[in-house]
Amino acid sequence: MDTKKYVIKQISIFSENRPGRLAAVAQALGEEKINILAFSIAEANGFGVIRALVDHPEKAYKKLSSLGYNVAFTDVIAVQMKDQPGGLYDIAKVLGDSGINIEYSYAYSGKKVAVLILRVDQVEDAIEKIQGAGATLLEHTVFH
Amino acid sequence: MQFWDPRIEEMPKADLQKMQYKLLKSLICRLYSFSPFYHDRMKAQKVHPDDIRELSDIRKLPFMFKKDLRDNYPNHIFTATREELVRYHVSSGTTGKPTVVGYTQKDIDMWSTSIARGLTAIGLGRGDVIQVSYGYGLFTGGLGLHYGAERIGATVLPTSVGNTERQVELMQDLEVTAIACTPSYLLHIGEVAEKIGIDIKKDTHLKAGILGAEPWTENMRKRMENWLGIKAYDIYGTSELSGPMFTECAEQNGFHIWSDIALVEVIDPKTGESLEPGEKGELTLTMLQKEALPMIRYRIGDISSVDEDVCPCGRTSPRINRIQGRVDDMLIIRGINVFPSQVEYTLMTIPEVGEHFQIVVERTGALDDMLVRVELTKESFSDKINDLMKIRQNVEHRLRNALNVAVDVELVEPGSLPRFEGKSKKVIDKRAI
Ligand SMILES: [Zn+2]
Repeated sequence: MDTKKYVIKQISIFSENRPGRLAAVAQALGEEKINILAFSIAEANGFGVIRALVDHPEKAYKKLSSLGYNVAFTDVIAVQMKDQPGGLYDIAKVLGDSGINIEYSYAYSGKKVAVLILRVDQVEDAIEKIQGAGATLLEHTVFH
Repeated sequence: MQFWDPRIEEMPKADLQKMQYKLLKSLICRLYSFSPFYHDRMKAQKVHPDDIRELSDIRKLPFMFKKDLRDNYPNHIFTATREELVRYHVSSGTTGKPTVVGYTQKDIDMWSTSIARGLTAIGLGRGDVIQVSYGYGLFTGGLGLHYGAERIGATVLPTSVGNTERQVELMQDLEVTAIACTPSYLLHIGEVAEKIGIDIKKDTHLKAGILGAEPWTENMRKRMENWLGIKAYDIYGTSELSGPMFTECAEQNGFHIWSDIALVEVIDPKTGESLEPGEKGELTLTMLQKEALPMIRYRIGDISSVDEDVCPCGRTSPRINRIQGRVDDMLIIRGINVFPSQVEYTLMTIPEVGEHFQIVVERTGALDDMLVRVELTKESFSDKINDLMKIRQNVEHRLRNALNVAVDVELVEPGSLPRFEGKSKKVIDKRAI
């Protein structure tokens, strides 16, 4: 199975917990006409990581690096959520049963349906298991 | 092996000490007779020139402090006439009134000679192009290195500090072989060069850095040498003694303190007692030949030790080891002595963080809190919060082990800590005095 088309390039940005850091990132991307499709912020005491799906990840990486930010690419997958209770539980169970860890997740509201962005430790396995369970994965072309 | 003044640089130690005694004796006689300041000081200490009968009798003489220069601002303790003075330098007044240093022609000559010996000892000479990126002006660094470099017949590129991109271009275009500046400015130059696509290692002729005016470490030396493809040499001095004037030789094992120019002692900063070679204490220098502003047993406030062994390079002068810190930079955190240089040394051994740092000390209730802010390097950035927490814990752990005091660490974005193009200010002490 071609799993590659389901692998989505997320950009992760190291950030101090200071007011205005997210705004500064958003502004920098805006200047390059890069759209942020989904994002989440993970915080620890004193610092955080901004995670974002954008339409032009390479361009975003270049721009933010040139401004001195610590930026990295991270592979994530996007699962289309069934519009019914228990959808998230099903996916978590499928992955858990296969010994795949979810490192983090966040939601993205797509055009019609809710989408869950997942960072897992074994991306290819996860794609196969999720599809095997009958759930729908979004291709990276949906984002960029 | 090249020598500038082989007769003095290789003179047997016993002869050097005889020479030092003669110079000291005549200096003390002159000052006692002609300078009210030194006369009164010696009287108060109940010491007369006749009491100086051998070199170790220098211990009978009173100390001098920076305060003596400030109290006698601008020039009340000068021992040269207005007609004899050829230059002033003024040191920044970050800790009070500025201090003014005056020079006769001979003072400038001795200073240049001292630097000429050092530059020769690291293999520089005619045909070398030396970029002087110390500040020119009231600060002693620029003009001091300038005259020393001209003395050996090298070509000087007097760029001073600032306009760093242009400095990098000139370095490349004029085939600069050595640069004299502060270590933090060289780091800055390296960063700027990378940014504009110039690899100093491959794209320039730079082979040596003469770095001083602020403390740095062995690890920083290794890092700069590998990164920039140069040999990095430390240079020592303060404006009260003339300016930067004593460099390491090619062995990179301490500053050669030329015995005809200065007599070095190491003392216990608390008791004033003299310490043995190898023991760590406060550096105390006597300038044996200065005319306009002789400094007798001047307590510099730098912590180091002296090595009296003949250097493998063949030079017989004593050497002082790398400066460990300042008597007055010493932070007392929960009763423990902490030097910013220890923090720097520890950070250098942790690849996940950069070389810039900032220490913030605060007092909550009766306790001191020490926070060290460090920059996370690009290579070690991970998307996972847990990895970042581990890096921070590791830095905290290593600092606690090195300093014997608990430290909080804050990871900050690369390039966000201030880079100073002069003396680095790395400590913010918010405790009420
Ligand atoms: Zn030597």
